[in-house]
Amino acid sequence: MTGPTHALLAALTVVAVLVIIRLVRRGALKAKYSVLWLTVGLVLAVAASVPTLLDRIADRLGIWYQPTLFLLLAIGFLLLVAMHFSYELSRLEKRVRALAEELALLRGPVEGSASISDFSTSPDGHEPGQPRHSDGGPDQERD
Amino acid sequence: MRTAVIIPAFNEVDALPAVLADLATHVPDHYVIVVDDGSTDGTHLAAVDGGATCLRLPFNLGIGGALRLGFRHAVREGFDRAYQFDADGQHDATQVTALLTALDDADMVIGSRFVDDGGYQVGRSRGVAMALLRQLVGAISGQRFTDTSSGFRAFRRPVLEFFATEYPMEYMESVEALVLAVRHGFTVHEVPVTMRDRSAGTASNRNLRLAYHFVRLLIVLVAGGPGGRPRRTHGARKVDTTP
Repeated sequence: MTGPTHALLAALTVVAVLVIIRLVRRGALKAKYSVLWLTVGLVLAVAASVPTLLDRIADRLGIWYQPTLFLLLAIGFLLLVAMHFSYELSRLEKRVRALAEELALLRGPVEGSASISDFSTSPDGHEPGQPRHSDGGPDQERD
Repeated sequence: MRTAVIIPAFNEVDALPAVLADLATHVPDHYVIVVDDGSTDGTHLAAVDGGATCLRLPFNLGIGGALRLGFRHAVREGFDRAYQFDADGQHDATQVTALLTALDDADMVIGSRFVDDGGYQVGRSRGVAMALLRQLVGAISGQRFTDTSSGFRAFRRPVLEFFATEYPMEYMESVEALVLAVRHGFTVHEVPVTMRDRSAGTASNRNLRLAYHFVRLLIVLVAGGPGGRPRRTHGARKVDTTP
């Protein structure tokens, strides 16, 4: 890598690490994500400050064109992160849905709704308005 | 036998009054639950005016979420059976009796437009997609269903309890729900019904949306059901109803 490019990358790394630290300090990132991104920042910082490090590892691994190593690692890492986010999103959506339903049930029927007691008692003598079973309460997580 | 009607409604203030009047005329002893799925047009007021009980979701969950809320409410209030009814006037209250009669021999009954020619017309691409779904559902369930996407369905209490926690949420959820019910050992029957034409859905991206959900459904069905949940095998009507 040439001098100016290297300097630019180093500067970008510094900025990235600073942004991460700022976000963590403001509490805008949950702890587990801050650890994740701080680790990324650290790795970037090391790679930037020891420019020959990546090349040497690539040589050791028998990679002919050294920057490929960096790209390979980066893409692999980002794929994993994206998958993890998809998983988290699915879980959150499930919980939000359960919460919305729970809220609607807790809020009860809209004012002026027909009352359940307006409907006749069934032949088996079951009193309207008396829940026979609970509905199992909030959804249990199944994953 | 206490029966509830579950009507998921999203911005149906225009169509809902006629639907509720139709139900009040033909099945006056059924408890009508309108689930207002985040409407912004005062659907809940129309529901209450029409003599229904209305539950309001804080935002739009889609038909699956609205239905599940309806199931939970029906279960909580101790109903023996319930059926789903469309808010847009597609379903016909005179057909309810046929649906509920068939429920005597099954845990779940689907009102099919296609058992014999019910005179319901669908577009060509939609027709092909439905035929493919039919094949796939048939292969998975080991049973022939002619109308997998019908929203005119009746359920006995064990199914209501099951769906109160397990009902799928995504678009075209009825197909997933059908496979889920069969997999869990419930008896599902079909009866022929007639439906009115629906004039909804004119968006230009509608076909693209359908295609996407079709592919998604294929994946879900082939991958072994929503969430890949373990297949519990138990006989129909032997569901444990204790909390």
